[in-house]
Amino acid sequence: MNELNNIMSIIGKETVRAIIGLIGVLVLVVINALILTWAERKVAGHMQRRIAAKEVGPFGLIQPIADSLKLLGKELITPANVERSLFYLAPTLIFIPVLVSFVVIPFDSYLQVKDMNVGILVILAFSSLSVLSILIAGWGSNNKYSLIGAIRSVAQNIAYEIPLLLSLLPVIIIAHSLSLKDIVEAQNGLWFVVYQPFAFLIFFIASVAETNRTPFDLPEAESELVAGFHTEYTGMRFALFFLAEYTNIFIVSAIAATFFLGGYQGPILPGIVWFFIKTYFLVFVILWMRWTFPRVRFDQLLNFSWKVLIPTSLVNLIITAGILKL
Amino acid sequence: MTSVMDIINGAASLIVGMGVTIKAFFSPVVTVQYPRQTINITPRFRGHTKLVADDEKPERTKCIVCGMCERNCPSKSIKRVSGEKMEGEKKKTATEYILNFTTCSQCGICVETCPVDALAFSADYNLAGFKREDFYFDLVKEFEKRKTNR
Repeated sequence: MNELNNIMSIIGKETVRAIIGLIGVLVLVVINALILTWAERKVAGHMQRRIAAKEVGPFGLIQPIADSLKLLGKELITPANVERSLFYLAPTLIFIPVLVSFVVIPFDSYLQVKDMNVGILVILAFSSLSVLSILIAGWGSNNKYSLIGAIRSVAQNIAYEIPLLLSLLPVIIIAHSLSLKDIVEAQNGLWFVVYQPFAFLIFFIASVAETNRTPFDLPEAESELVAGFHTEYTGMRFALFFLAEYTNIFIVSAIAATFFLGGYQGPILPGIVWFFIKTYFLVFVILWMRWTFPRVRFDQLLNFSWKVLIPTSLVNLIITAGILKL
Repeated sequence: MTSVMDIINGAASLIVGMGVTIKAFFSPVVTVQYPRQTINITPRFRGHTKLVADDEKPERTKCIVCGMCERNCPSKSIKRVSGEKMEGEKKKTATEYILNFTTCSQCGICVETCPVDALAFSADYNLAGFKREDFYFDLVKEFEKRKTNR
């Protein structure tokens, strides 16, 4: 403890906090990806009434580790005509917004890397960067499928970012704060999902679309585009895209839990347990949706955002603001 | 108005779909974990033919080496049935019964024509081999093997 105090006095409390936070976030990202790859297989299996992974370890629990070892051991192939700098940049770049988003998420009343007064803006601003890395990946691959996938991803993400923001605004108006911690504290007693069921629904749909998950997985529609923007990626570069996808699922679920389901608030159990229960429940719903719904057509996808979600969320916002003004 | 109804109906159908999958999620699995579990073979299953043990002397087969099966086989799959008269036996005892399973179509004519009902279908289905010769079965040897396993 003394040594830690010494280190703190030398490089400053904030730096130590940032380093510890970064380590914690990296550990969480990796463990979450391991759990989700396993969970996705199990959910897929049982929804199709089969067992899924069961050979490696008890209940197939070691399977994700075996998978990641396989990906680590694979050769990194760089195709001949790719735009090299962009091709290398994209998998790294997709990881930055993912890490930044974790900084402001409150896991418990005391467990948060940094409580910023513009918390949700940080997450939304940085998560829009992941579109850029998908576009870079698609363009840099110099492959028609990758490029089509990337273009679809950009159109889709731009369309769904608006309802995503508009559905969070009523909550911000009610809580009078952009800080995630304040928003959770404001839900002491009654969760915002009770006040804002439509906003929750719109946010959830838009966030599934933002993470490019089925039924909105057009950027990587395997039946049309091989694997979309990550067609040309192998080994660890592919694994980074995968890791980012699973972490994004966690982040949108965590934001939904924070904004609408009371975050770490809950009786008896410690706050962090409540936080993970709520988050992983929403993650399960996302997996559940993936193995239920077929992929939507692209015009349906964009029509749904522009013609249904955005007007509905705008009306919801105006009504909320009006009621609060009265 | 119709579009609003469309949205409501669509949302309802989505919930119905999710109900179907969650029900499947909590139902027991229907797959059989093949190398560890096997399904029960139905009694009428037609594997390759096997020789049946004699009722009075279970150590020998019922076969009397008459050659009816060999003569009646439509695809000439029964290559050779030979036997000899053992000490103290009234009938011949089979010493060799070569079945070429590569051409056998499990028609069952050998089983039908056998005058002493010495042939029956086995439940053997785990057959794989690297050579054609792997499927030239000697049913007498196979019978002996079954006898020692018993």
